[in-house]
Amino acid sequence: MPAARTTAGRVGRRARPDAGAASRLELLESLLVAGDPVQCAQRALSWLQRRAGVHRGLCLASDPGESPRLLPLASLGVPDAAAARFSVDLDMHDHPLTRALLAAGPVLMPSNGSGAPVTPLGKAEVQAIPLAPLRAGDLPAGLLLVTPSTPAVARDARWLGRVLGPRLAALSAAGRLEEAGRRLRRERGLLSSIINAVTDPILLTDGEGRIIIANARAEALLATDDEQSEGRRRAVALNNMLFSAALTRRAIEGAEAPRHEVPLVDPVDGSDLLFELLSTMTSDAREDTGIVSILRNVTDLQRASVELEENYRKLRQTEADARAERDRLDLVIDSVADPILVTDPGGNIVMMNAPAEHLFTAAGTPRAEAERLVQANDAHFSSFVSNLFFEGDSRRRSGSINLVDPGTGAALPMEAISGKIVSEHGEVTALVTILHDRTEELERARLYEELKKVSAELEVKVREATAELVRQNELLRRSHIALEQASALKSQFLANMSHEFRTPLNAILGYTSMLLKGVSGELSAHQRRNLERIDSNSQHLLSIINDILDITRIEAGKMPLTVADFPLVDLVGEVLAEVEPLIARTKLEVTSRIDRALPVLRSDRQKVKQIVINLLTNALKFTPQGWVRLTAAHDPDTDLVAVVVADSGIGISPKDQQVVFEDFRQADDSPTRQYTGAGLGLAICRRLTSMLGGELTVRSAPGEGSAFTLALPRVPKDAG
Amino acid sequence: MMIAAPPTLVLLVDDYADNRDIYVQFLTYSGLRVEEAENGHQALDKAFALKPDVIVMDLSLPGLDGWEATRRLKEDPRTRDIPVIALTGHALAGHSKGAFDAGCDAFITKPCLPERLLDEIRAILVPGRPRSGDPTP
Repeated sequence: MPAARTTAGRVGRRARPDAGAASRLELLESLLVAGDPVQCAQRALSWLQRRAGVHRGLCLASDPGESPRLLPLASLGVPDAAAARFSVDLDMHDHPLTRALLAAGPVLMPSNGSGAPVTPLGKAEVQAIPLAPLRAGDLPAGLLLVTPSTPAVARDARWLGRVLGPRLAALSAAGRLEEAGRRLRRERGLLSSIINAVTDPILLTDGEGRIIIANARAEALLATDDEQSEGRRRAVALNNMLFSAALTRRAIEGAEAPRHEVPLVDPVDGSDLLFELLSTMTSDAREDTGIVSILRNVTDLQRASVELEENYRKLRQTEADARAERDRLDLVIDSVADPILVTDPGGNIVMMNAPAEHLFTAAGTPRAEAERLVQANDAHFSSFVSNLFFEGDSRRRSGSINLVDPGTGAALPMEAISGKIVSEHGEVTALVTILHDRTEELERARLYEELKKVSAELEVKVREATAELVRQNELLRRSHIALEQASALKSQFLANMSHEFRTPLNAILGYTSMLLKGVSGELSAHQRRNLERIDSNSQHLLSIINDILDITRIEAGKMPLTVADFPLVDLVGEVLAEVEPLIARTKLEVTSRIDRALPVLRSDRQKVKQIVINLLTNALKFTPQGWVRLTAAHDPDTDLVAVVVADSGIGISPKDQQVVFEDFRQADDSPTRQYTGAGLGLAICRRLTSMLGGELTVRSAPGEGSAFTLALPRVPKDAG
Repeated sequence: MMIAAPPTLVLLVDDYADNRDIYVQFLTYSGLRVEEAENGHQALDKAFALKPDVIVMDLSLPGLDGWEATRRLKEDPRTRDIPVIALTGHALAGHSKGAFDAGCDAFITKPCLPERLLDEIRAILVPGRPRSGDPTP
């Protein structure tokens, strides 16, 4: 350094005996103007080289940081790299340089021939001089190492040690203070920006509640300036009042109170804000007690809390509703007799009603068989359901599954109807399946089919039968027509025959009658007898023809009734008179007994007479001896008039009692029969009686006679 | 026997000769005059021509039958008052009604003995009853 060298030279020249003093003064001046420790150290080493002939030197400064060290400041005659690398850890108390530093005076460090050099100054003997600290008692400011160790060097180095140390210490202390100030300002700025970055208002107040520090948010609420509007100023004033009150309340209640809420007003928009006050006392020895307050904005929190409460209430309500709904649903589902199951997309049953449980859980007696059947049911059901889950669009599906009753082992053909429950995002969330037992339905269908078949068969049969019936009917109708025709023909034929018979018979009877009357002259007794036989046979033939004619007329409906009132007594008298010739030929006792009180009979007089005559002539004919009795009486209870013709004749066996009323029949039908007659008499009588609304009956026994009773209504029914 | 008036004239109409013969014999024997006709047309001709006191009409006649003949007689003023006794072998009810409808005054069913016919004739020619053969008083 030319300046230093010039100065030093000038000092040395100015005072020779006092050359030493002048040189030292010169150095001191240069040390005082040096701005930093490194410069000081270099000037000091240069001075020693010039003044005492030092070859090599190293100035180390002690750094009292966390790990105290000796660090190189400047060097002389030592490679810069080696000098810069060198440092000594002061915690290594046994190190020669540590000991040298803490020594009271200069230490001579002898050269050690064999070992590694302690200092970068080489193997020569080194003088180590501690540099005096700024204040007595402090750690020495550093260590100066120089070589060679001549007495002049030792003298000047010791002096230098005393002056250089405090100067170095002062320089490094000033540097450190400036650095600390810078750091403090930086940290303060950082802290301020951190505080301001907090959205909650933060304040530091003194004991009287005056604001010492406030962050931006706090200033917005609690600080004002003249440029702000009146409204804002009032809001801020109110806020200050409220805040002070809160601080006071907190001071009274103590920090233990759970929460201190401070309602404030937003000066910007006037809305209500709610803050929670968190405050801490701070005490500083140099200052008064202060309070740090943090206001946490709980406005939203409160609103959220209210909303939360409301939501919670709603949730509870909804939950209660849902539970009620669910209970109702459970009731409904359980009351359904059909099994109902709800399945999740994984195919797991998440819910089922009691009937379903019966099928899909082996409840009650867990027999192995029931277990197996339940598993089989489950497999069938799972397969059905999984098909549906993978089925595309259809939300419903119905099908049939064959399940088994785990209790009885009976087959249960089921109809399954499944519906997907789809979320609003279109996902299938569940599947509801209702099973319906089709056993009865199938049985019904089977029965119905059977019924239909039988019915069809029946229908065919009925149709056939009907056709047959129609055919038979037609045949009947035809045969009826044919019969009617035949009957009409018969009637016509008989009528014609009767006419044809009558005409010649008329001639026979006529001629016979004339002969008997002597129209052709007197007859001999023999002739008369024969003529009488002719007459009698002709009469018989005529009566047969008349009978046939009667029957024909009755059957053809051509026998009209002539109803009139007449006393039965008269009629009986007439009959007896007409039959008198016949009676006279017999030796029978014929009597009649007629109730005098017999009422007037309303009937066909001619027909009644014909019947009575017939009965009477029959009685005479079939009674060889004994009696014939004719009686008539009225029964008021039945209002029937009965005419009874009884005899003591041959009688009729029970088996013949019906036969006698049939056409052309007599009890004795044999060709050799004893009694003549066509056998039409009783047949005609019964027909006539029936026409008159009466009844003709017989009571008889062989050998004990017969009693024929003609019972007639006193008045015909239809005549009232 | 006292006969103040000419004997009653009977016109007997029957197609069966033997029956005519019986009645002719008997009625003649009984003192009546008898004229015969064997069919309807003949009956009408003789009735108009002879004006009998009574006509005995068999209903079943060939050609113009007894009913029709009687109707025509009763329609004709010349023969209207002559009583007609119907005589038939048909005993069915319809016959008598048809006979009365045609205008017959009496109806007899065969077989009819000659004396029965005589009784009927006498009954129908009761005294006082105007006879077509009688001179008008």
